[in-house]
Amino acid sequence: MDGLDPRILEAFEFLPNYLGQHVILSVSALALGLGVSLPLALWGARAPWVSWVLLTSASIIQTIPSLALLALFYPFLLALSLLAENLFGTGFSALGFLPSLLALALYSMLPIIRNTVTGISGIDPAVKEAAQGVGMTPTQSLYQVELPLALPVIMAGIRTASVWVIGTATLATTVGQTSLGNYIFTGLQTQNWILVLFGCVASALLALVVDQLLAFAERALGKRQRRKLIAAALALCTLLVGASMAPLARGQDDYVIGAKGFAEQYILASLIEQRLNAAGLSAATRSNLGSAVVFNALIGGDVDLYVDYTGTIWTNYMHRSDGGSREFVFDEMRAWLEETENIGVLGALGFENAYALAMRRDRAEELGISSINDLALHARELTVGGDLEIFSRPEWAALVEAYGLSFAEERTMQPTFMYPAVVGGDVDLITAFSSDGHIALHDLLVLEDPLQAIPPYDAVLLISAQRAGDVALAQALAPIIGAIDIDQMREANLNVSRDEEQLTSEEAARRLWQNIGAN
Amino acid sequence: MNSQSTMIAIKGAAKSYDGGRTFAVRGMSLQIEAGEFVAIVGASGSGKTSLLKLINRLIEPSKGVVEIEGEDVSALDPVLLRRRIGYVFQGVGLFPHLSVAQNIAITPKLLRWDSVRCASRVGELLDLVRLPRNIADRLPATLSGGQAQRIGVARALAAEPKIVLMDEPFGAVDQITRGALSGDYRELHERLGLTTIMVTHDVIEAVLLADRIAIVVGGEIVETGTPHALLSNSKHDYVRELMSLPRRQAERIGALSSKGAH
Repeated sequence: MDGLDPRILEAFEFLPNYLGQHVILSVSALALGLGVSLPLALWGARAPWVSWVLLTSASIIQTIPSLALLALFYPFLLALSLLAENLFGTGFSALGFLPSLLALALYSMLPIIRNTVTGISGIDPAVKEAAQGVGMTPTQSLYQVELPLALPVIMAGIRTASVWVIGTATLATTVGQTSLGNYIFTGLQTQNWILVLFGCVASALLALVVDQLLAFAERALGKRQRRKLIAAALALCTLLVGASMAPLARGQDDYVIGAKGFAEQYILASLIEQRLNAAGLSAATRSNLGSAVVFNALIGGDVDLYVDYTGTIWTNYMHRSDGGSREFVFDEMRAWLEETENIGVLGALGFENAYALAMRRDRAEELGISSINDLALHARELTVGGDLEIFSRPEWAALVEAYGLSFAEERTMQPTFMYPAVVGGDVDLITAFSSDGHIALHDLLVLEDPLQAIPPYDAVLLISAQRAGDVALAQALAPIIGAIDIDQMREANLNVSRDEEQLTSEEAARRLWQNIGAN
Repeated sequence: MNSQSTMIAIKGAAKSYDGGRTFAVRGMSLQIEAGEFVAIVGASGSGKTSLLKLINRLIEPSKGVVEIEGEDVSALDPVLLRRRIGYVFQGVGLFPHLSVAQNIAITPKLLRWDSVRCASRVGELLDLVRLPRNIADRLPATLSGGQAQRIGVARALAAEPKIVLMDEPFGAVDQITRGALSGDYRELHERLGLTTIMVTHDVIEAVLLADRIAIVVGGEIVETGTPHALLSNSKHDYVRELMSLPRRQAERIGALSSKGAH
């Protein structure tokens, strides 16, 4: 091998920002967790019922999957923000930092509380009586005798919490907080395993370094070596300050671009960012957001613009179950968005990314299936694979009802794994995306939809209310409106997710722009 | 020193740990004069340690009154009260994370003595309990049993108390160390004019050290008297039985040594 893989070099470019944001988030969450847990735990060490309540609630919180905890804080904060806006006239950003901070701080509480309570209640009662006997008040006994003796156990809890928080902070990416998780989620969606590994290694190294620094501080504290303690504190501060330089130095960006969690969205977000930069405007991208998260963020103004699809708005938010032409659906959607949600529509990009049912060609021929009508006859013996959202979306319900579909099994998986699953025969058909390059690559058969149960899915560029009259923005993005055809998008999608000569989404976006320019 | 003034008066003290169903201490009364060395002797669970803890309010009486120099202790701040009474704990009870010097100076520090005075007091006390001054920086875990007991005594004496309470103070050491320690302590008691109450289950130790012995059985003081009085005649069978032990041992040792001499 001559030199590093270009994908690793690419990954290093993002490291200062991702690592910095990750460190700021983790350290803030730990500090908040400690600030809340320690006093509570000290109270709990004195009152058994308090410690029972604390440990039970902390344990329950711990059983909530961390991804769900993060996801739950978003709508909660969004509601709070709206309330604050109604009451005080100013809301706050419910996306990104705040929900991540709160969820991670809650997550850090169990080990800190448990170890503090255990450490203090585990002290030899004879020593506690001696403290009382020599004339200490309960507070003096706590600070001069009980806490110093429980310190190793408490520090072990803090170290456990720090490792948990640093690891779990990678999930903050999904609620719009940049972290080392951006590597992992993006890598997963584009089958860029080097990126996934890079993210894992970086967060593991960070956890290891912090753990060792805390261990060093603990030893110094136990032996009352003031100099070593100061050294450990300095090292931790240096890490924090050094890491936060990059994100803080970036300053405030002009625009925040949202992106859902799949390759096409990364490429389009990159394309938008590149176009804005070319016009002298700065922008930050919040990628890997869920459909509902990014839509609400646009309403709330936490995201300025993103690409959605007409059919998604049509069925999920307008709750329409009828169909219509691409133009009809687009016009209805635009009017509805502007009226009810105050969201602007810059325009359609030109291609459709519709839900489509796709099968291996040989399997379809074997069963004599060419349309969803034919499929309905065989569905009972077939297994269908779908992305994380599809089976709970109204489009699916409409499709199932229109054709009377009933499958043997519905399996949910990351979009990345759907194609290998259908090619390998693990599932008989998948809910593919019509703009996905893999359909052509694997020569899959897209089943016809004679009843038009699946609405059109034109990619549309949405902007938030406060960007409605933004001429600079509209001008910068005008060249991509109506300019991307389905073949160009398929090629770009394939570029970032194929095994050979894989491109990053930035490179794919640049190449897409060249193709658009060539038209 | 006025040896006739009453230092501690326990008047009908009772202590129940279960809301009055059973009593660990049932109506004990005891008067201790200033400068006296009183041993409280009894079996495990007889209530002798509870009696000791009633004096510095480590436990509160369910009934009765404890007075120190005529003052009802329940009217005093318990923390300040404990700072003026030395306490030697059963099993020593040194703070394992603090050095010898920090352990000794703990009560003076709580009383806000300045560090110069604390340091010189630590030196004095190490001399007093016959330990080398260079032991001051060591942690309790590195001390021998006898050394730790001596530090326990030094800590109790640090804030110059008039009263010292001792709970099985020499229990955790071997016979030879024990003899040396108890002898040294008795000398300190005289020299510093202390009033000492020592809880022990060892009759011989009580007889050899104390001015007066109180025998405790089942939460009650059954008899109080000088070692001489209790050894020579007692109304109680239990006490006679208890006191016959040191006498028999002394007789046998005497017989053995006179045989050896001839």
